[in-house]
Amino acid sequence: MNPFLDFLITAIPLGITFLYGCVGEILTEKAGHLNLGIPGIMCVGGTCGCMALRILKNSGLPWFVILPIAILAAFAGGLLMGLIYSFLTVTLKANQNVTGLAMTTFGVGVTKFVMSKMAVGGGMMYLYACDYFRFPFQQSKSALKYCGVMVFLGIAIALIAAFVLNKTRVGLHLRAVGENPATADAVGINVTKYKYVATLIGSGIAALGGLFYIMDYAGSYEAYKSIEGMGWLAVALVIFTLWRPNLSILGSLLFGLLYIAGSRIPTLLGIQLDMSATPLLQMLPYAVTIVVLIVISVRKKREHQPPASLGVPYFREER
Amino acid sequence: MSKPIALQTKGVTKRFGSVVANNNVDLCVHRGEILAILGENGCGKTTLMNMIAGIYYPDSGSILVDGEEVVIRSPKDAFRHGIGMIHQHFKLVDLFTAAENIVLGVDDGKKYNIKEVNARVAKIAEKYGFHVDPKKKIYEMSVSEKQTVEILKVLYRGADILILDEPSAVLTPQETDKLFDVLRRMREDGKSILIITHKLHEVMAISDRVAVLRKGEHIATVETARTSPAELTEMMVGKKVALNIDRPLPHDVRDRLVIKGLSMTDAEGVRILDDITFTAKAGEILGIAGIAGSGQRELLESIAGLHHLQDGSITYYNPKKDKPITFYHKSFERVMELAGEGMLRYVDGREFTGKDEQGRALSRKTICAQVEAGVILFKDDEVINLREKTPLQIRELGVRLSFVPEDRLGMGLVGNMDIVDNMMLRSYRRGQSVFVDRKKPGDLAHTIVHDLEVVTPSTHTPVRRLSGGNVQKVLVGREIAAAPTVLMAAYPVRGLDINSSYTIYNLLTEQKERGVAVVFVGEDLDVLLELCDRILVICAGRVTGVLDARNATKEEIGLLMTGDRESSDAETDKKEE
Repeated sequence: MNPFLDFLITAIPLGITFLYGCVGEILTEKAGHLNLGIPGIMCVGGTCGCMALRILKNSGLPWFVILPIAILAAFAGGLLMGLIYSFLTVTLKANQNVTGLAMTTFGVGVTKFVMSKMAVGGGMMYLYACDYFRFPFQQSKSALKYCGVMVFLGIAIALIAAFVLNKTRVGLHLRAVGENPATADAVGINVTKYKYVATLIGSGIAALGGLFYIMDYAGSYEAYKSIEGMGWLAVALVIFTLWRPNLSILGSLLFGLLYIAGSRIPTLLGIQLDMSATPLLQMLPYAVTIVVLIVISVRKKREHQPPASLGVPYFREER
Repeated sequence: MSKPIALQTKGVTKRFGSVVANNNVDLCVHRGEILAILGENGCGKTTLMNMIAGIYYPDSGSILVDGEEVVIRSPKDAFRHGIGMIHQHFKLVDLFTAAENIVLGVDDGKKYNIKEVNARVAKIAEKYGFHVDPKKKIYEMSVSEKQTVEILKVLYRGADILILDEPSAVLTPQETDKLFDVLRRMREDGKSILIITHKLHEVMAISDRVAVLRKGEHIATVETARTSPAELTEMMVGKKVALNIDRPLPHDVRDRLVIKGLSMTDAEGVRILDDITFTAKAGEILGIAGIAGSGQRELLESIAGLHHLQDGSITYYNPKKDKPITFYHKSFERVMELAGEGMLRYVDGREFTGKDEQGRALSRKTICAQVEAGVILFKDDEVINLREKTPLQIRELGVRLSFVPEDRLGMGLVGNMDIVDNMMLRSYRRGQSVFVDRKKPGDLAHTIVHDLEVVTPSTHTPVRRLSGGNVQKVLVGREIAAAPTVLMAAYPVRGLDINSSYTIYNLLTEQKERGVAVVFVGEDLDVLLELCDRILVICAGRVTGVLDARNATKEEIGLLMTGDRESSDAETDKKEE
């Protein structure tokens, strides 16, 4: 295969990892909650999915049953994490940054513990399912192999999220909650409900990213160790795509390209690069995000700003 | 009345802790009627309306809509019964269009289609004579447009009973007239309108009947045509109040503060003040009128030394004529500087130049001795340039400038500190020892509490626990105690009841009588016209006129306030791009 095409096609599934985290975080932020627990949630999602796969290994169920169960397990893991986060930040109105960072620390820790134990006791009992995730290209010898079902699922979720946010009443209400919860409250929108539902679904979607990364893109028993970094990039991608799920599809592809540019471009150009330069090149997605942040700060267009009450807990006005 | 009753409250009572906000209120409003709810601040009018609109729930009593008892526990319930409230503080999502805001929270079971909403909004707007573009974003709108959206929001939900909480507070007289036209059209359409206000002339202009509340109780409901402002005030306050502000003719008027070509841009490069020129004179109250946010705040803050100016001069004439020079400047050099400018003379009339008859320079010691003895006098008022001086430098120059900022508990006082410590904020630099001396500030606090009738448990109560009027009295009292030569007050009566307001007006007039140059930024044009000697009108950071308050009319000021709306709109557009 053409090395350039190979580079491009490899970037797509890698980007999808970011896409899941990004779309999940966009939904959460649209409700006014900054969830920095996304990396942790993605880790937990991956763990839950893998655990489900391990349990189902000898169940004799056909692949098209096992696959959705694993995805649902990952989603449920995300929901659980989202529930903890929402309870703390929506109901108890705890500081969102602190809570989110704690969720990440917690999620990453749990994952490292569980996944390392799973690798010891009986080996990587979940990796048998990689081919399921890589359907319909599991036989491919090229990078196309990684473009499995969850790639399409991720793109579909992003498109649906964009549609719901911009074209439906629910989306209008959700955006109102993130912009000005007092206004939403005054017109009878249940602010707490919207915040909970958006955060929970967002966490669930983000969690799928972890499972996708382990089972499809990486397909190795050590993959869980690098999910956290992916999660932070997903959070950066939210800013990069200006809180728009449809733009985030393209944004995730670009992030995917930039992330592996360090290892691919020297080969493509036929130049030799010192190994120590790779981490430098891996900074590219972050550098691009900072540039975007600077540009939107300078332009000050209202539509490109984060939701107005992002990070601010909502207290109903009482006398 | 032949018209059917639309809404009625029976014995409605609401308590907040031990405070009774509403006690046994019986009110009713008919179909096709405008009922004004009149009362002082804190008389419970907003609380009562909030209960009808579902924000609060009454402790006892009942609310009847069309003769049937209803339970209103949330704004949604209120909408279901056709009741909609337009709050004083707009509840709109800035980033949404007018139509999106209007449809927010409405679930009519139909598919959400913004185009249909736009069409429906346009239709309602046309029916009542509103001018609004449903696709315009809220952040691009003026205050009166936002208010229109709020009213449309309520009408879109099919409300028949509309409650407006002080709708004219943010509007110019012209905009208010337009709003009243719309309200009249709604009345003809059979809607019932409750309008909260404390402006008497508006009550007289718009309402069919007036309900007066005092201290949470319903005093009476009278027909507007059969009452007078004086009678209403008496019912509102509970005693006869002279509604005239005493305005003595200014005497001994001298230039005190001369502002020339003042220009300022904010951090984003938007011009806030543009070529402002005016003079504040001693013995006079200069009113500043303008729509909120036209640069009033920045203007006063600039004079107080809180902003960096692009251009212009601020010259202060220190009333020093024929008074001995002192070392308040703490600087021998300043004395010599003034001598060089030919500003000084001896008591006997000879010019002081710092030299003796033979032209030999006097020694520093001699000059100091003469200054101490008070034999060197100013020939004329001392001219001091205040531009680019910090508040501290201004004070050290001997300029007695007092500033009552609009943000009382932000810029004026520290909410968590008691009255005594707040007094000290202005005088702490006079302290000599390392320990805090609370004696003098304590005495001052007692004097202010006593003289201005501040209601407080003690002088050691944190000021944030005091009511708005009392906080304002503390702040104004402190600023006046500094014996200012210039007193600047921004919206000093905002949120104050009638009695407290008049106390403040009298204090300002008293200062004017003492020869202080008073600058008063106000929002109530009636008060400005009654209190001030001259009125400076600003619009979008520019002076659009200086009027003689004794001959000017409200309409004139209103026109000047909106004077160059076009160009100001163009500027905001530029900002958003």
